Amino acid sequence: MQPDGTPLLSVDNLEVHFPIRAGVLQRQVGAVKAVDGVSFILERGETLSLVGESGCGKSTTGLALMGLVKPTGGHVNFDGQEIRSFSSAALKAYRRRMQIVFQDPFSSLNPRQRVRDIIRAPLDIHAIGSKAERRARVAELMERVGLRPDQADNFPHQFSGGQRQRIGIARALALSPDIIVCDEPVSALDVSVQAQILNLLGDLQRDLGVSYLAVSHDLGVVEYISHRVAVMYLGRIVEIAPKTDIFASPTHPYTELLMRSAPSHDPRQRHQFSATSDDIPSATRKPSGCAFHTRCPLASDICKRVDAELTTRADGRLVACHNK
Amino acid sequence: MTASTSAAHVPVFQVSDLNIEIDSGTGPFAVVSDMSFTVDAGETLCIVGESGCGKSMTALSLLRLLPEGVRVGSGSIRIDGAEFLDMDQRQVEDFRGEQIAMIFQEPLTALNPVLTIGEQIAEAVRQHRSCSRQQARARAIEALQLVQMPDPDRRAVQYPHELSGGMRQRAMIALALACDPKIIIADEPTTALDVTIQAQILGLISDLQKRLGTAQILITHDLGVVSEVADRVIVMYAGRKVEEASIYELFDHPLHPYTIGLMGAVPRGGASAQAGDRLADIAGTVPALWNLPKGCAFAPRCPNAAPRCLEERPPFEEKRPGHWAACWEHDDAA
Repeated sequence: MQPDGTPLLSVDNLEVHFPIRAGVLQRQVGAVKAVDGVSFILERGETLSLVGESGCGKSTTGLALMGLVKPTGGHVNFDGQEIRSFSSAALKAYRRRMQIVFQDPFSSLNPRQRVRDIIRAPLDIHAIGSKAERRARVAELMERVGLRPDQADNFPHQFSGGQRQRIGIARALALSPDIIVCDEPVSALDVSVQAQILNLLGDLQRDLGVSYLAVSHDLGVVEYISHRVAVMYLGRIVEIAPKTDIFASPTHPYTELLMRSAPSHDPRQRHQFSATSDDIPSATRKPSGCAFHTRCPLASDICKRVDAELTTRADGRLVACHNK
Repeated sequence: MTASTSAAHVPVFQVSDLNIEIDSGTGPFAVVSDMSFTVDAGETLCIVGESGCGKSMTALSLLRLLPEGVRVGSGSIRIDGAEFLDMDQRQVEDFRGEQIAMIFQEPLTALNPVLTIGEQIAEAVRQHRSCSRQQARARAIEALQLVQMPDPDRRAVQYPHELSGGMRQRAMIALALACDPKIIIADEPTTALDVTIQAQILGLISDLQKRLGTAQILITHDLGVVSEVADRVIVMYAGRKVEEASIYELFDHPLHPYTIGLMGAVPRGGASAQAGDRLADIAGTVPALWNLPKGCAFAPRCPNAAPRCLEERPPFEEKRPGHWAACWEHDDAA
């Protein structure tokens, strides 16, 4: 929290709708509401995780905040300044302070560039420092993320998956951003290497005070790295709460279902999962009212007609549910 | 010797001293070495390890589906006592589906996109049983009912792309079960699925096994999945078994430093997790199979490595009753 109480990032009613076109004239016949009215704040030095299953809009939210897909509605306020237009000039200044680490360290690094050039690219684009200073900064960053600076002239294919993810992190750190969007930062990595990267992200936050907006489907990872967690379902946030609260006592029926579905990691406490299937709707054919009502054990008549808004509960958490 | 070999009884599935090699420009190198295990009816064996440990090659070899350039160098695979590796192509095709079947990770690529779900299952049935088209079709619907596919009559006439990921995986399980195989091999069957769907498919797999009594081998990288379904576990590293035990024994007393490292590296917090806690990571990366260290393959990453570990490969031996491991450290633990 800053002295004046404004959060570092506040997102208000963000919308990303993709047109569905059909016919010879490619007329718009509908819209995929990938992100449909998402609001949250992110404080300095904090990690907020967006969690949910494929197609819930968590990655699109991250990409929209980076300006990598264009939002179709809503407001984004960064450090007291409204990002009005996602125009290229405004974006350039804003991206200097907000960076992203992608999921796949194999496709997110240019295979023809040397590591030195990959990490230096943000400094070049924003014309920061002299040639010698940039060189020194690259060495410093490589050391910071646990790579040997003498490997700076190597190409990405000469590194393992975990090392490549470190290169991606060094590139994201180059401009000393306030926020890093981490889009499934470890899901392409082996478990033993995942732990190295999660530890690195934790160290960097402690030392540099950077905020993370983490996007993940993995509840273990989310529980480990987050301060607060926002659960998304079909383009909407259904619950936001501090990590300990949400894992100890999920309130929204969807949050509860997610928690119940995660493996126990204890063979003596097996879940006895039910084999019964439920039909899962998609963002193209979103159910009316509360989108979760088709799978919800508590669904009542109002849930089919009216979407539930996020409201503050007695314990301070935000939940969007008519019946909880 | 493996964990459950006993004198009198012949296990449904017995793999002994299996070695798998890949041809490369500089000569063949081993991807799987000295792999031995047995699986009984009604039992689920999980093979766990990270990318490149040889678990998927092991799975493919068990169906004789190894890709070009990869071959079984030596060893034996016995199904109900019959040597699978000695069979000719026709016998192998008879055995597949009828005796042993596979569930793949990605149902979208494993299913035929131009045949309906019902046609694919019926085709497999007719391959193995002399029956009419109608009987095969009825059997397909039965198989879809068995995997609790909602609305099986309608699903049978749909194509794979018309189904969701979870439904496709159910269809693939139905395909694998259509001819009542004795052994099912599932290679990362839930890795491509969302967590709520994963829970349903794991529930289905356990449920089917209880009802049908098949022997199951489940290949996975996910210790969470293992904790939910395994009876017995093999941990692989760099092409070899490093540990084998019953599920409870393994989770209660992991012996090999790699197993211990894997368990510590999984973020799962629980109520005790605090932001800022460090995970127990395993330093370094998996060695290249064509350039394995001389001693124990894990020694370069092992927190407890002694000079001997770098020189000599530890034997795979019984360290506690029913609990095998390949590590010099627990030499006197038995």
